[in-house]
Amino acid sequence: MFDLLEYDFFQNALLCTLLTGISCGLTGMYIVAKRMVFISGGITHASFGGLGIAFFLGISPMFGATVFAVLSALVFLFMSKDKKIREDSLIGIIWSAGMAIGILFIYLTPGYAPDLMSYLFGNILTVTSEQILLSAVLCAVIVLFFALFHRPLFYIAFDRDYSRTHRINGTVLDVCITIIIALCIVVCMKLAGAILVISYMTIPQTIAGLFYKNFRQLLLASTVISCTSSVIGLFLSAWLDTPAGASIVICSLLLFIPILTLRKKSRKI
Amino acid sequence: MNLIELHNISAGYDGKTVLQAVNLTIEEGDFLGIIGPNGGGKTTLLKVILGLIKPQSGEIVYPCEQSGHNCSRKNNPCQTFWGYLPQNNPIDKKFPISVTELVFSGMLSQKGLFGRYRKTDKQKVYALLEHYGLENYLKAPINDLSGGQLQRALLCRAVIASPKVLILDEPMTFVDSDFEDEFYGILKELNKTVTIVMVSHDINTIQSVAKRTVYLNHKLSER
Repeated sequence: MFDLLEYDFFQNALLCTLLTGISCGLTGMYIVAKRMVFISGGITHASFGGLGIAFFLGISPMFGATVFAVLSALVFLFMSKDKKIREDSLIGIIWSAGMAIGILFIYLTPGYAPDLMSYLFGNILTVTSEQILLSAVLCAVIVLFFALFHRPLFYIAFDRDYSRTHRINGTVLDVCITIIIALCIVVCMKLAGAILVISYMTIPQTIAGLFYKNFRQLLLASTVISCTSSVIGLFLSAWLDTPAGASIVICSLLLFIPILTLRKKSRKI
Repeated sequence: MNLIELHNISAGYDGKTVLQAVNLTIEEGDFLGIIGPNGGGKTTLLKVILGLIKPQSGEIVYPCEQSGHNCSRKNNPCQTFWGYLPQNNPIDKKFPISVTELVFSGMLSQKGLFGRYRKTDKQKVYALLEHYGLENYLKAPINDLSGGQLQRALLCRAVIASPKVLILDEPMTFVDSDFEDEFYGILKELNKTVTIVMVSHDINTIQSVAKRTVYLNHKLSER
């Protein structure tokens, strides 16, 4: 299993996995704290619309997915302030609209859509140098963002009205974190695929939440757990010859279930 | 000195007018109680005072600006340092925030987005929490607190930045009656240095605690 480390493709996959683990660990903590899990699911599936249009136009699918992810995230951010539309309905609309647009344009694309399965289910082993660079840049931006702004970000997320009484413009931070979430989702697609992205932003964070209750500790813990389960899952997938994305999710679940059981038992005692 | 003057303020939501031609003056050192029926505009009035809602008509004046008083100003009239204790309802008690961090968030206007929290800030927060009997809960998540303890923590958040005006919206909601007397005692003590504006349903208690009471049912009248 460890012989694979000699190969460039596996080194690239491992590096990308680590970078994605850090990005998802941090971003996912905000998503879980703010109860945005299904919104993130909606953004993920909406990005499929961008994939489809990109295939149809013959341009980079990642670019198309990025544009749709960012646009749908921003649409959700601003439309959710309109109390006439229920939030869960809005998620459903954005989710299904994106998927429908993607399916339509893939149908209209002549011939076979290359790499479509890798965007749906992930294929980290084919990650390119360009994708690693993008992951590294995004990871650096996310780490810097959270290092500088984690306090006001979480304070505003906790009580927005109170922050407004302090004349703090939460909109700027909201737009920044929304774009970061959208970019993280798209970058994570290469590892996990659109189907499983959301699990990278919920399971490690939930495991961390079983031990820590303070957002600073949670940010660190969820990042460590995310990276650990991702790396173990990647090696396991290489050993068992299984899809990497799904293996990482199963690995996280194999951590989560016994930890949850043990925590519940220790509370009863 | 007058801190806030509302002249003919009308305000509401979605085209509906909830406040009609409200005239109100809040003086330094005041303890103003606002009573009235549900839907009468009490919370709307507080939000207009805090700048969370723009009035449909009328004018809000902050005389401390005109007198050159030490007020920090952004793009709106004089930013008196507000302390705000909102209704308990909207807060997510499962949000991963400790009692200390909750009180730190009361310093947002002083620190801004880029400010760092120093050791002296931490000592100030710890001292305040100890003063309000929460010294055993410094690192505890807010979900571990009882209703009364949470209200005390939120009050700490509201006063940590030494505000000129403390705005309280139904502070006794979800709080047991044993804590009420203690809480009103805390407010009376605070009123020695802070102007207080409080909305409450408890007419009898607020009239005994507040220096002045107004009745609001879309229109304002003094009691």
